[in-house]
Amino acid sequence: MKPRHAAPSREVIAPVSTAFIVASLLIALLVNLLPWPQSIVTFVPDFVSLTVLYWCIHQPRRFGFTTAWLLGLLMDVANGTLFGQHALAYAVLAYAGIVLHRRVLRFTMRDQVLHVIPLLLMTDLIVLAVRMAVGAELPGIGYFAGSFIGGLLWPAACFLLTLPQRLRPRSEYV
Amino acid sequence: MEHSPPPFFKHGPAPLARLLLCSLLSIALLISDAHYRYLGGARQVIAFALYPLQRLADAPGALATHLSEFLVTRGTLRSENARLTDQHMHDAVTLQKYRALELENAQLRGLLGMRERYPSGITAAEIVYSERDPFIRKVVIDKGTRQQIRAGQPVIDQAGVIGQVTRVYPWLAEVTLITDKQHMISVQNLRNGLRAVLAGHGADGQLELKFIPLNADFQSGDQLATSGIDGVYPPGLPVAVVAGIERNPAELFARIICKPLAGVANHAQVLVLSWENTAPPLPQEEHPAATKKTGKGK
Repeated sequence: MKPRHAAPSREVIAPVSTAFIVASLLIALLVNLLPWPQSIVTFVPDFVSLTVLYWCIHQPRRFGFTTAWLLGLLMDVANGTLFGQHALAYAVLAYAGIVLHRRVLRFTMRDQVLHVIPLLLMTDLIVLAVRMAVGAELPGIGYFAGSFIGGLLWPAACFLLTLPQRLRPRSEYV
Repeated sequence: MEHSPPPFFKHGPAPLARLLLCSLLSIALLISDAHYRYLGGARQVIAFALYPLQRLADAPGALATHLSEFLVTRGTLRSENARLTDQHMHDAVTLQKYRALELENAQLRGLLGMRERYPSGITAAEIVYSERDPFIRKVVIDKGTRQQIRAGQPVIDQAGVIGQVTRVYPWLAEVTLITDKQHMISVQNLRNGLRAVLAGHGADGQLELKFIPLNADFQSGDQLATSGIDGVYPPGLPVAVVAGIERNPAELFARIICKPLAGVANHAQVLVLSWENTAPPLPQEEHPAATKKTGKGK
């Protein structure tokens, strides 16, 4: 069975600049650190993992494990959790993104979302497994809501993160 | 379209190898952090790098608060002023009584040859953000080692205990709330003086009294205050009120749910007490029979 291919993009997009990758990761980290109200914090997706996944799928040569792993360490310190649990989760996420990047990009946006949700769920599960190994109890089902919401935000993330690449060549033509 | 990249491009190790390396490193970090706590220094360094981001993330909220403070009406200010004057009158009376009591207490303690209980200073701090991990109840406040905050200091608000400082960075400190599952606090029932251990429930606004026999004298509405015997919290700080009791004869202990008195989940300003535990150190186990029984005591 053949996958439904996305219509090949007619746009020629410029290569992405390293500064933009760094900036996007910093902004994602910033959004994660926002003082979210305690009542909705479980539903807030992990923006860092979404951004990491985006760059792994779209720029697998530029963005890799080391960055993802270091970001995980940053998240662990910011969250005050055990050192290394987010690092482990992000490294596995980066691996999945890099291995699957050719496959995911051939699908339409809606089917990409169906790929992204399980990947984010897997990240959450790794963190959960580490927590349980140290002795935390099973959280409510609401714990996984963030991954689904994060998956649904995938199209928006793709739109925002390709924006500077689409804007640049056009301005050169004009 | 399937093509592998030409071999003359440099790649470094294969993805799977890198994944294994990263995973092994993470697991090594996890184990060393969970069991040996070697990584305090590394944590401090990363926290230092994160500090500007954390303050930046806090900025919109702080700005909104400032704006809403700026845009109050004259009517609100007047009514608040009237209320505060009223409150001040009330407090002045209480304070006079308190001063007299304090004096009397000091004299009585002097007579009994007991130590002073509160040589305490207070540092006001602001909550920068609460951590987004649903497993833990912790907040981060904007005072750290630079302001002489140390791990173990109790944190309160005007109504009661909020938690204690558990990790300190140069400009920030992490406070574990009393609702955290790992957090225990030694309390005393103000009605009859019964001591108990109050544990966090992991959920917002819920605490649980642990190991209380079924027939113990606890009633709904009982006030619980710190007993001071844990050496972390000074005695007499209000903590919680008993909200519900479930006595199931099939179980060993009663299930007593309490509500914290302090606004544990909804505050921006908190107070950090610097309290020296002046209790003498625990006596050594000297009883020869006891030491023989337990084998070689540590």
